[in-house]
Amino acid sequence: MNHSISLTVNGARRDFVLDDPRVTLLDLLRERLHLTGTKKGCDRGQCGACTILVDGKRINSCLALAISHDGADILTIEGVARGDQLHPVQAAFIAHDGFQCGFCTPGQIMSAIGMMQEAQAGNDPERIRECMSGNLCRCGAYAGIVDAVLDAQGQMDESSQRRSA
Amino acid sequence: MKPFDYVRPASVAAAVAAAAQPGAVFLAAGTNLLDLMKGGVSRPDRLVDVTHLDGLDQIETLGDGSLRIGALVSNADLAHDAEFARSYPAVAEALLSGASAQLRNAATVGGNLLQRTRCAYFYDTASRCNKREPGSGCDARDGENRGHAVLGWTESCIATHPSDFCVPLVALDAMVEIEGRGGRREVALDQLHRLPGDTPERDSVLEPGDLIVAVRLPPAARGFAAHARYLKVRERTSYAFAVVSAAAALRIESGMIVEARLALGGVAAKPWRARAAEDVLKNVSPTADAFQEAAWRALTDAKPSGDNAFKIELARRIVVRALTLAAAGTPARIPALPASPFAATSGADHA
Amino acid sequence: MPELNLTSTPAHLRHGSNIGQPLTRRDGILKVTGRATYAADNHPPGMLFAVMAVSSISRGRVVSLDVAAAKRHPGVVDVMTHDHKPRLAIDPEVKTNPFVFRMEVLQSNEVRYANQPIAVVIAETLEAATEGAVLLAPRYEVQSARVGLDAGESFVPPVVGVGNPAEHRHGDIEAGLASAEKQIDAIYETPPQYHNAMEPHAIVASWDGDNLSVDMPTQGLMLSLARIAELFGIAHDKIHIRSPFLGGGFGSKGLMAGPQVLGVMAAKLVGKPVKLVLRREQMYGPVGHRAPTRQRLRIGADGEGRLTALDHHARTVSSTFDDFYEPAADASHTLYAAPAIRTSHDAVRVNSGTPLFMRAPGEATGSIALESAIDEMAWACGMDPLAFRLKNYAEVEPITGKPFSSKALRACYEQGAARFGWTKRPLRPRQMRDDAGLLVGWGMGTATFPALMFQAEARAVLRRDGSGAMEIGAHDMGQGAWTALAQIAADELGLDIDRVEFKAGSSDLPDAGIAGGSAHTATAGAAIRSAGAAVIAKLADLATSDERSPLFGAGNAGVIARDGRLLRRDDESRGESYSDILARAGVAEVEARGTGAPNPAAMEEYAMHAHGAVFAEVKVDPVLGQVRVTRMAGAFAAGRIVNPRMVQSQLFGGMIWGLSFALHEEAITDRRTGRIMNANLGEYHIPVNADVPPLDVITVEEHDPHVNALGIKGVGEIGITGSAGAVANAVWHATGVRVRRFPIRIEELLTRR
Repeated sequence: MNHSISLTVNGARRDFVLDDPRVTLLDLLRERLHLTGTKKGCDRGQCGACTILVDGKRINSCLALAISHDGADILTIEGVARGDQLHPVQAAFIAHDGFQCGFCTPGQIMSAIGMMQEAQAGNDPERIRECMSGNLCRCGAYAGIVDAVLDAQGQMDESSQRRSA
Repeated sequence: MKPFDYVRPASVAAAVAAAAQPGAVFLAAGTNLLDLMKGGVSRPDRLVDVTHLDGLDQIETLGDGSLRIGALVSNADLAHDAEFARSYPAVAEALLSGASAQLRNAATVGGNLLQRTRCAYFYDTASRCNKREPGSGCDARDGENRGHAVLGWTESCIATHPSDFCVPLVALDAMVEIEGRGGRREVALDQLHRLPGDTPERDSVLEPGDLIVAVRLPPAARGFAAHARYLKVRERTSYAFAVVSAAAALRIESGMIVEARLALGGVAAKPWRARAAEDVLKNVSPTADAFQEAAWRALTDAKPSGDNAFKIELARRIVVRALTLAAAGTPARIPALPASPFAATSGADHA
Repeated sequence: MPELNLTSTPAHLRHGSNIGQPLTRRDGILKVTGRATYAADNHPPGMLFAVMAVSSISRGRVVSLDVAAAKRHPGVVDVMTHDHKPRLAIDPEVKTNPFVFRMEVLQSNEVRYANQPIAVVIAETLEAATEGAVLLAPRYEVQSARVGLDAGESFVPPVVGVGNPAEHRHGDIEAGLASAEKQIDAIYETPPQYHNAMEPHAIVASWDGDNLSVDMPTQGLMLSLARIAELFGIAHDKIHIRSPFLGGGFGSKGLMAGPQVLGVMAAKLVGKPVKLVLRREQMYGPVGHRAPTRQRLRIGADGEGRLTALDHHARTVSSTFDDFYEPAADASHTLYAAPAIRTSHDAVRVNSGTPLFMRAPGEATGSIALESAIDEMAWACGMDPLAFRLKNYAEVEPITGKPFSSKALRACYEQGAARFGWTKRPLRPRQMRDDAGLLVGWGMGTATFPALMFQAEARAVLRRDGSGAMEIGAHDMGQGAWTALAQIAADELGLDIDRVEFKAGSSDLPDAGIAGGSAHTATAGAAIRSAGAAVIAKLADLATSDERSPLFGAGNAGVIARDGRLLRRDDESRGESYSDILARAGVAEVEARGTGAPNPAAMEEYAMHAHGAVFAEVKVDPVLGQVRVTRMAGAFAAGRIVNPRMVQSQLFGGMIWGLSFALHEEAITDRRTGRIMNANLGEYHIPVNADVPPLDVITVEEHDPHVNALGIKGVGEIGITGSAGAVANAVWHATGVRVRRFPIRIEELLTRR
C-alpha cells in the first residue's frame, strides 16, 4: 500500500509517496533522499550517530518510522550551515578537534544543537557531558566535543546578548 | 521487519478497535517497538499509530489535586516541566537517568510503562524464551544471567523490567488509565505489570486493544516532594540500564518519618514496591539503623536466579543509600548526573 | 561523491607552517557539514541493497535455507547462497601470504562461529533485503560449541602476533625467583573485545565487464586490492578502490573482510551495483576482535625493590580454522630491567571468528596485567609505584640488551607526575575520600609501543603555476592523514600547504602500505619525504645546469627549497622561483617518485619504542561499588610530533580506550552456544561522554635520529597501554581491593563497606 506523506526537510517541503511503511526516517534520508550526512551506526537507538532534529527536538532517526512523522519539520546536518557560513557548533567542532574519524560527528553536532535548544545544560561541563552521553564516539573525541559545545554556547550567548542589548 | 499494515486512527475508540485484532500493536514513539521489530523479537501484522491522537499529550492538575499525565507526553517534556519536577522530584530524576536525551525526547509516558525486558535471551531469537515464545523454555536460567531478577522470578522466567520511570511512580501509588473494548478503567501501576508465574509472555494485565491513555499521580504523591530521591547503579556513568535502582520518598514531620515509600528497579519483572520495608519506617526516626532494617525487609524474599547474588546485597545497600539521601532532603535542582552515586560530586574539573 | 578538493578551499586554520604546527583538520569542513563521503553514502545508478544472513549457531552446518520464502518477498531480486554464487578464482582458505586470513564467503555449508555469513539477500530496497534475510529461516545441524579459555587441549602456537616467537627467555627465571625477597604470583583475565568502529563495515561494488569499482573503508588499500584480484582472478589495474574516509578502523579494517568480498560477489551475481553494510550485531564475528587472555605473572624483587625475575605467561584463543594469537606476554619485553625475563604463550581453539589486530594487539592486554602486577609488587615492597618503576628503569631493552634509539620515559614520569600531583599520593590504599565520602584512588601505568615502519611509495609533482602535488594511497581513519601527511608534503616540496594538492585514499595512487601498527605517518611520511626530495632534485638539476639561472653552478653547494623557491645554500640571497625555473626550461611540470622503508641496520642496532606515563584518579562509591574516572594525565614521548592537535586527540582516544579496557568493555559469550549475548552498543559498553573526565596530555620532546628519516614514532596505540593499568591501579588504591579480572565489575568492589 502506498502512503503519501509530506515532510519539511532542511526548510524545503518534500511530498512523496512511500511504498513501504517500514522505512525509518534514517533510511528515508539516506537511501531515498540521498541525504547521507546522517549516519547509521547501530540502527537500534544505541549510538546517536543518526541524531536529527524533528520539530526542533533531537531524536534517533533510526527508531522513527517515516510514515508516522507525516508533516514533521526535519533538520539534518546538511541544513545547519548557511551557505559557506558554518553554524557556531560546526566551527567549534573544527577548532576544538571534536572528532577524529568524523562518522559520529553529524549526530554529535545535531545533538549539541538540540541540547542548546533544550537549555538544560548551560555552560556546566558536567551537564554537557551527561546531556551528550547519547552520542557515542569510539575515537574518543569527548574532550574536544565538550570544549566545542562550551565554546559555541559562549559565542551564541554572546551574540544573543548583543542582539538584545 | 515483517511487512505490516499501518493505520492511523482518528480517535481513541477507533484506535482500540483497530488494535483489538490479533497481531496488532500500538505504535507511539516506537523507541522500544522498532528496536524489537528490527531484532525480530516482535513481528506485528498491524501498527496502530496513536501519535496523532488528540488530547493525550497534556499534563494537568485535577480538581482533587492529583496530576494526570497524558500517555503521549514525552519523557523529556515531563521531566523538564518545572512544576512537575518540583512536585515529584524523584520521578523527574528517574526519567532523566533513563536512556539518552534523544530517546527521552521521543519516548512517551505510556510507552515507557510498556517497554519490554532487556534480557539478552529474550532479544536473541535463537534462544529459548518463554516470554517471547511461550513454552519454549528459558535459556537465561542457566545462561549469562548476572543481571537477572532476584525477586518474584520463577523457573519459567528470570527477566527484569528495565524502566526507571516506573520505579518512583509505583512508590507513589500511580494509577494507570486504560481505554479498552469495554470502555475506560483504571488499575494501580503496581497491578499493571505481572510477575512471570508460568505465563511470562504476559508482561501486564492489558488485554488486546487496551490503550494506556494516562498515568495519574494521586494527591498524596505531592506530600513527598521534600524528601524524594531516585538512585541508580549502572555500568556506565550514563546511558545504561540499571543494575539495581531504588526510589525512596519520605514524609518527615518533627524529625519523624510519618510515611515512607520505597520501590526497587532492576530486580524483578515489575517495578518492585517494598511495602514491608515501608511498614517498618512508619513513625520512626530517619536513622541508619532504621534504614538497614528496612533494607533487610525489602529483600527478605530475594534469592539469586543465577550468577547474581551480588544484586541482593547491592539492593540492600542502595535502599539504605536512597533512604538516606531522601531523608537528607531533595536537592534544589536535579543533579547534573541524575540518580548517579556521583551526583553529589559533579563538576569533576580539576584542570 | 563530492570532489575531494582540499586545496581550493582551505578548510583549516593556519597557525604557522607545516610540520610541528597544530593545523586544524583539512577535512574538517567536509566532516562537520556531512559532506565527507563514507562508503555507505554512495549510490551508483541502479544500485541494489544486499543484506547478509548470519548463523545463530557457532559450530555445525547449515542444512536448509528457505530461499523461496525470501524470494517471494516483494523487492527481493536474488539470494546468494553456497549453492548459488559466482565462482571465485582461488579457494579463500588458501593463505597466499601471512596477511591473508581465512574468510567465510559461502564456500561451504560449514558454520565455524556465531554471526558467520551464511547467505546474502539482494533486493531493490533495504527493507526488502533485510526482511528477506530473516525469511531464510536457516535450519542447522548443531555441534557442541567450544567456548572460553579452557575450551580444549592447549598448544603452543608457532608464532604470536605477526611473526613473534611464542616464547622468549633471558636469564634464569627460576634462580631469579628463588633469590627474591618478595614474590608476586597472580593471574589476570581480560575478556574478548570488539573493535566497534562507529562506521559498520560497508562496501558498494560495481562491475563493468571485468572492471571493478569499489567504495569501502580500508586501512590497507593495496592489500585489499591484491586480495580482490586473486579472489576474482582479475588484474590489479582493473580494480579501483576508493576509501577517502574511514569511520574508524582500529585494526578491524586492515584486511579485506569476508562480508566485503560478499558484496563484490553479490554485485557480480546480479550484474548491478550492490551496497552491503553490516548490521551492528554482524560486526561481532566476521571482522575480527581482540581475543580473551588469562595471564600469569610471577615476579621477584630483592630487598631494595629491584626486580630479580619477570615471568609472564599468556593463555589466549584462536578460531578453529585460522591463527592469530594475541601476543600479550610480549608486553614484558621492554619496560622493566629484570635480569631474568621469560615470556610465553599457549592457546586453545574456540568457535569464534578469528581474532585480529585490535588497537595495541598484545600491548593492551599485556600492559594491563603487567602494570597491575608491577603495582602489586611495589606495594609488596612498600614502595611508591613511581619510585618502584624508576628503580627498575630499563636503560637498555631488557630482553635483547640493545640500546634504545631514544627513550625519554624518565621525562615522561617526571612531567606526568608533576602535572598530576603524584607526590601527594599516600602509599597505603583506601586513604583518600572526597567531600561526598567517595573513595579516591590514584594509580599509574607505564605506556609503551614499538616504533614500527612499513614500506610505501609516493609521487611528487611541481608545476609551472607554482603549485605542487603529492600523491599517496594513504588512509585517514581519523588519525588525520589528510592533514598531517599534507603538512609533511608541504615541507618536503618547499611550498605553502595551500599550494599543495594532496591526494590520498584511493587505490590508483602509489602504495602507502597499511595504516596500522601506529606506523602510517612514519611510513607514508618517509615516502613523501623521499618523493619530495627527488622532485626538488630534478628541479634543481634544471636550474643549476642552466647558465641563465641564478642557481647555475650551485651543484656542489646545493640548494634549499622554501616558499616555492630554490635558494643557494651558501647564499640564500640568490634564488629563483619554481615557476621561473620550469617556465624557462619549457616544461609544464616535473615529477618524481620516492619510497620509504625501514632501515634494517638501525633496527638491528637499536630497540625502537615510544614511551609514556599515565596517571589516573578514580572515585569509587564505597558502598555501591560504582567507579568513575575523574581525571587522567598522560605524558608521552613519541619522537617527532607532526601535528600536536591531532596527536593530542589520538592520545586522548587511546587513554579512553584504556579506561574502557579497565572498566567497561566485555563481550559476553554464552558458554553453551558460543553466541555473543551483548552484540550491540547498548550492552557492550564503550565509554559515553559522561564516563570521560578532563584529560591532560603532555607530549615530551624527543629527537630520535635512528628510528626513521622524520624521527616519528607513532601515537595511535600507545595511549591504551599504561592507561588501562593506571585506572585499575587507581581502583585498588581507592578501595584496597585488587581486581584481576577485567573489566572491573561492581560486584567485585562490594566485598567491603
